[in-house]
Amino acid sequence: MSYDYAAMVALADPTRRKVFELVADRPRSVAELTRVLPVSQPAVSQHLRVLREARLVRAEARGASNIYHVDPQGLASMRAWLDRMWDDALDAFKQEIGSAKEQAR
Amino acid sequence: MTAVIKPAPVRKSVKVGAPIERAFDIFTTGLGRWWPRSHSIGKSPIASAVIEPRAGGRWYEIGEDGSECDWGEVLAWEPPTRVLLAWRIGVDWQFDPKLLTEVDVRFTAIGDGETRVELEHRQLENMGEAAAKAREVFDSEGGWGGLLAAYRSAVETP
Repeated sequence: MSYDYAAMVALADPTRRKVFELVADRPRSVAELTRVLPVSQPAVSQHLRVLREARLVRAEARGASNIYHVDPQGLASMRAWLDRMWDDALDAFKQEIGSAKEQAR
Repeated sequence: MTAVIKPAPVRKSVKVGAPIERAFDIFTTGLGRWWPRSHSIGKSPIASAVIEPRAGGRWYEIGEDGSECDWGEVLAWEPPTRVLLAWRIGVDWQFDPKLLTEVDVRFTAIGDGETRVELEHRQLENMGEAAAKAREVFDSEGGWGGLLAAYRSAVETP
């Protein structure tokens, strides 16, 4: 479950969440983001890389720089994660019922 | 006009070889016996998980170090046919008392010693809002129209 987890972990960092909120507000470049955040441009780039890997944002090339947009795939993946989690949980529940019945015999 | 993100609920169904009372008991008071250890939000590895058997009861995990980490609470307790749980775990994987998603679990006896368990995890749209941590974003124009359409089709694809 490493991938879907990534979206949640990515947003756990407050600065990164701020980056995500700004990009969600409207598409922005690294330079624009750096201007409104109290961190360096390399740091902003690093946060964007994590958000990209978690598929929360995506980059679109415009001239020499990238413009970052929110990627809907990351939000969808959270639902997919829950979907799989309940599969695992109900499988385990069913097994527990089965083993409990065997013990009862 | 406010655009609303509304992902489809997660729906699961499983048939188990136990009478309805037993199926309900193992699901609820026996949660700690079967809940996968990998599904944990605590800082310490999970030792057990608990659903307190009453409306208003807590739903939480216990770490190996004895620490407790809330997941939500029991909204409706109707043995042996239904338990409705609040799941208040956000996308940042933290308990968030302001976040409400619901896990509705229904038990139906089918024939001799078998029970169908139907689970629905819904109001996931609340989680989507928490994901953005910016409800105003969803209320603003800001180019979200196309995004929401893409999102909706992504989450509703079976």
